[in-house]
Formats: sequence, C-alpha cells, structure tokens
Amino acid sequence: MDLSGLHSIAERERHSRKPNTIRCCAAMGCEAARSRQVRVALRSAVAAAGRQDSIEVQGVGCLGLCSAGPLVRVEPQGVMYQRVTPEDVQSIVAAVDGGTSTAERADLSHPFFTLQYPIVLENSGKVDPERIESYVAEGGYETLYHVLREMSPAEVVDEVSRSGLRGRGGAGFPTGLKWATVAKTQADWKCVVCNADEGDPGAFMDRAVMESDPHRILEGMAIAAYAVGANQGYIYVRGEYPLAYDRLQVAIQQADRLGLLGSRIFDSPFDFRIDLRIGAGAFVCGEETALMASIQGQRGTPRPRPPYPAEAGLWGKPTLINNVETFANIPPILKRGGGWYAAIGTDKSKGTKVFSLTGHVRHTGLIEVPMGTTLRTIVEDMGDGVPNGRALKAVQTGGSSGGCVPASEIDVSVDYESLAALGSIMGSGGMVVLDDSTDMVDLARFFMEFCADESCGKCVPCRVGTAQIYRLLERFVAREATESDLVLLEELCDLLRSASLCGLGQNAPNPVLSTLRYFREEYEAGMASIGASRGLIREPAVVGRPA
Amino acid sequence: MIAVTLTIDDRLVSAGDDDTILHAAHDAGIAIPTLCHFEGIADIGACRLCLVEIEGSPKLFAACTTRVTEGMVVRTDTERLRRHRKLMIELMLSERNHVCSVCVANGHCELQDRAIQAGVDHVRVEYLYPKFTMDLSHKRYGADPNRCILCARCVRVCDEVEGAHTWDIGGRGIASHVVTDLSAPWGDSATCTACGKCVTACPTGALFSQGATVGELEKDRSRLAFVVTARKTREWVR
Repeated sequence: MDLSGLHSIAERERHSRKPNTIRCCAAMGCEAARSRQVRVALRSAVAAAGRQDSIEVQGVGCLGLCSAGPLVRVEPQGVMYQRVTPEDVQSIVAAVDGGTSTAERADLSHPFFTLQYPIVLENSGKVDPERIESYVAEGGYETLYHVLREMSPAEVVDEVSRSGLRGRGGAGFPTGLKWATVAKTQADWKCVVCNADEGDPGAFMDRAVMESDPHRILEGMAIAAYAVGANQGYIYVRGEYPLAYDRLQVAIQQADRLGLLGSRIFDSPFDFRIDLRIGAGAFVCGEETALMASIQGQRGTPRPRPPYPAEAGLWGKPTLINNVETFANIPPILKRGGGWYAAIGTDKSKGTKVFSLTGHVRHTGLIEVPMGTTLRTIVEDMGDGVPNGRALKAVQTGGSSGGCVPASEIDVSVDYESLAALGSIMGSGGMVVLDDSTDMVDLARFFMEFCADESCGKCVPCRVGTAQIYRLLERFVAREATESDLVLLEELCDLLRSASLCGLGQNAPNPVLSTLRYFREEYEAGMASIGASRGLIREPAVVGRPA
Repeated sequence: MIAVTLTIDDRLVSAGDDDTILHAAHDAGIAIPTLCHFEGIADIGACRLCLVEIEGSPKLFAACTTRVTEGMVVRTDTERLRRHRKLMIELMLSERNHVCSVCVANGHCELQDRAIQAGVDHVRVEYLYPKFTMDLSHKRYGADPNRCILCARCVRVCDEVEGAHTWDIGGRGIASHVVTDLSAPWGDSATCTACGKCVTACPTGALFSQGATVGELEKDRSRLAFVVTARKTREWVR
C-alpha cells in the first residue's frame, strides 16, 4: 500500500456514492432506541420506492443528540430527523427529493449543533464505522502516510508537544511530555496501550468515538507507536462495550488486510500490530497500572508508581498509555499542525473536549466544544436548560472521581484549572446536570457506593474507607447522623485522599467533599435531633460477604 | 549500587540507591510501622501504615515501595501520619471480627501490636461484622478469614518463596478475601505443599496450626482423681 493506493480506494468510494445518502445512527444510544429496525425499514422503503440507484442507506456513528434518537440525517439536503420510528421511514424516503416528511425534524440551527467544534468527532455521523473505505474517503490514514514518510519520530513528538494536548483520560498530563519520555527510554521492546476502559457513571464519550470512528483510534495509535518506537499496541476495551469491541475488531482486520497495520506499513521499515483485550468489568482497571496487570493476565489491581509505565510498563517494558480521545486527537494534530490545535482553547487547556451531557437537561448527548467554553453555555444553550420548570442546582463533572459545580458557579470556564479550583475535575468528560430536586447527600452516597463496589480491595483506606463512608452517608440520608459522624466523615475523606494507593481511592471522596463544600446544610439537615447518640451495640452489618 | 545520603527524622542516613525508605530507616534504627511488609518477599504497599512524608511533596509515600534518593528529607512520625495510621488501624479492626481475647494469636499478633503502638483504645467507625466461615479442612493448618487483614503475605510467600501459588485474593472491595486454588477448601488443594510458610507469614490469627486454638484444648478429667490419689498414696506413675 502506498499513497496512490490509498487515493484510489478513496476515489472508488466517492465514485460509488449515490446522489442521496440517508445516514442512520448506529451507535449504542440509538441502537438501544431501535435504530437497527429503522435502518432495515429504510432499506426496504428505498427498495419499495425503486430508489436503490439514487439513495444509499448508511449506518453511521453517533449523530450527537442522544436524547432524541434514533437520529436520521439526509444528505446532501442536510436535514435531520429525530425520534424516528419504522413508521416514519416511507415519508423520509419520499421527502428526499423535497417535500415534507411526517417524521419529527431536528433543529440543526440549535446551539447544541452550532456551538460544537468537532475535531475528535469530525467523522462521527459521517463515516460508516464498519467500512475502512468510508474512513479513507475522508482522508483517513493519509496522515499516517505523511508521518511515516516525511517526519522523524522526534518531529512527531515535537508536534504533539507543540499542540499542548493534555491526556483526555482525566489527569490532564501533557501528552507530548509522556511521548517524549517513552521515546527516550532505551529498550528492546516497547508498546502502546489505548485505555478504553471508560467506566464513570454518566460517561460515554470514548464509547461513542470507538463505535463511530474506530479507524481514527488505530491511526492515532500507529502514529504514537512510530513516535515512541513501539511495534505492538493493545486496546483495552471494557467488556460492557460489545459494539465498540466488534467495530474495533472489524477495523483492525480491515487495516491489517490493506497493510495499514502489520509489517512494513506503507512500505516503510515500521511494523505495528494492534491486539484487543477485553476488561471484565472492573472500574479500577482504567487505572493504568491495574490495566497493565489485567492485560498481563493478572488480577487487575494497581501498584505504586514510580516506576511509571513510561519506564516499566507491560512486562516491565516502556509503555505509552493514552486514552481513546487522546489518540483520536492525534491524526488532526499531525495533519494540521500543533500550532493550529494550540490556538484553540485556553492558555493552559488547549484544543477541544468531548463531553457526554446527561441528567436533568433537555438535550442530552455527545458534544465537542473548545476548552474554556462556559458551563452555562453547555447547560443552558447547548443542553437547552433544565426541563419541567425546575431550576439548576449543580453540574457533576468528572465522573465518580469528580465533584459538583454549584449553579452559582455556572459561568466557570470548563478547563482543567478552573474546574480544579472549584474542587471538581475535568475527568474523562462526564457531565451530569442536576436540578433542584436532587438530594446532594444521596448523590454523594450513590457515587460512594459505586467507588466501594469498584474498589479493588488492595489498600486499607480505599477498601474499608469507602465502605465506612458509604455507611456514614446512609446515616445522613436516613437522618440518623450525629455531629461526630460529620467529623468522622471529613476525617475519612482526608484519609482516603492522602493515603490511598491509586487514583480511585484518592479521588473517591471528591463527590462528598464538593457537596460538603457547597451544600453543607443538606448534611446538617441529615443529622438526628440534638441529644441523639450512636448506640454502642448495633445490629450486625452485612457489608462483607462470606468467602 | 550507588551510595546516597538522606535525612530521616532529622538524622542523616546513608543507603544504597536501590534501597527503600523502609530499609534505610530500619538500618538506621528508625522504626516505621508495617503490616503487609514481610522481609524476603516483594512489597506491595497495601496496608499503607508505613506512609511517610517527603519534603517538597504534599503527597504521602509508602516507605516500603519508595526508593531513596540523594538529599531526600523524610519524616516518619508527624501528627498527620499518626492520625492517619490510627484511623487505618481502626478501619482494619472494624473490617472483620478482631476479638483479641478469643483469638489464637492473642499476644502474638502484629495488628494488636500496631493498635497498641498507635494508641487505639476504641474504634470510632462501625464494626462491619462479616460472617466468614472457618476452613479447617487442611490436615495441619486452619484458616479463619474473620481475623484476616488482607495483607497478602500468605499469597506472596506461597508464590514467591514456596512457588506453589496456592493462595490468592478473590472478590473486590470490602468483599475481598483470600482463597486457596480456585476458592476450593484448603484441604482439597492440589497445589498446597503443606509447607506452613503462609502460617508463619500471617501477622494475625487468620492462619494457624491445628491444635493451637483454645477451643481445641482437651482436658483429661480422669487425671484429676489420679493426682489426688497419687498425693495420698505417693504413687506418681500411673
């Protein structure tokens, strides 16, 4: 395979396109809303209308507005329909040449669509995730070709550093710096790992990218591998994402077949293979050292760092670990230059960020906005505000390790530093909007229950601390707590933050601490009347399960 | 190995650059409390009792897994560390049924020692009272998960020293527990060599030799009459 081969695939793909395309979302959100039936019905309707020669029905990745799925977009007309049912499809086909469909039309002039800045999601809803030709037709793998042929590994690392890209998995570590460290480490074998073990409640960004544009991730990983000198890649996908796994598997097979992965890619000396690994549903396996243990077939528990994976990762060898969105940012950065990317966003948080907007908000779905966009813009303009006449209370950002930004801070710029200053985090990009009916203590209890369930059990503060914090929060919810419970709650949160072995335990108190910071009166309301004291003898608990 | 100098609790200490803070402190006669650390097997930094402060970082570091560096300034006994250690021991005591008075390891228990050192005289968090059943299926040893603190010393010593890897951890979070083989009874284990290393390594009464428990003590009441008669008749041999 060379550039002309790639161009001829793209050319063939473009030529084979029919004048009209009906794109139907085939990502998990819309699939759950029966988009498969809609696709089948659309194909039948096109056949029944005798329009097979002029209308193509295409399954595509996420079209964004998940709350209104299944979504169907007609091109080149640029019309989008929402909540499409199989009964709507005849009128949609009939309206391809003009006229009105009975199907509900989505308002593409709404800020939900107009305020987006798609870089990671630029192909989402455009390419067929199960056909490599569709990706190649959009310029896919061309960047890899130019990187392999025209750039040295050091130049690639420099370009990524110049872009200012920070790891989108949550911690926000400078990507270029991480790449440079792995590149400089001397070893006979190195590898690249894509962390696709997204597991935060309310987060589905990485899943959407994998389901919508899997080749983008493969191309990003190949560029990374070339830059750091690795020849093997692993994508660690959580087991709860079967569709993402299937699409990645198909994508790897297609790229292998075309020689875009494997030996001597683009006839260069560069070899790179990618294997998939399925996580068995443990949230802690998103932590890089636990993830590596799991890939090696060991129990998925974290280990102390240093040594960092860049120095001693998989099988003790230098390993580059980035998450899905980070890799998906790489091809456009190398294509358009680090300077282009660095011009987007804020001073310290460059580029765009994909968020999954969920909760008490009219428009839920997947959005990509420049860093620095205010929370108000996201919630009130793009999300169209809180429904049912209720008021906004807070926005929970950063998943189970994140915190709650109160409505009074809604004008905060969404970037790593500003969110951290409010006691929350960017995390991987989950954003849960909460209205004024939300019981914040109960919310904290929900997140603590999640962390207690997902703790690996290795270190004492996290294993026992999360269980004890959860039990204390239960007392607050049941309005049985005492003042000493509040003191103990804060002391336990401090212990977990300071003493836990990995990020799961260290960040587990964040939802409690941030709700304590902004909604302390709700905790105080959860205390029993004055004079109540904790009994010395209690009923046996059933937290521990028998061996 | 390159020699480095560091300061631990205001004392200048020299160590090898591949030494951990725990080793360096131990060599200098500075005791740092530990539970999951066991000489001769790999450290995992799980119990977190050996956390220390390192100047220049707001984070705490496990002394057993952190290597020394030149010029490092370490504090092992600050108010913050004492507070955290005490609460962690309370958490351990609350997790299972650590009732010293009826424990086979009473007086020979590292958890008990650490609790006394830390000044734990009561537990502020709720006792969780899990119901674990004892495993007495092994011909020589017994396991009482109610006394286990999940330090994984048995797991590591069995894997790294004996090479059998009979022990492992099953479950997650607060439901974590040690298992033999694939959670089969210990006595049915096809891999156990009955070497007893796990029993020796266990810091509490979770693993013990059969016959060692108070409940197994047998009283021979017939001897009482013999002793009384013997004194009278001055016959000391039965």
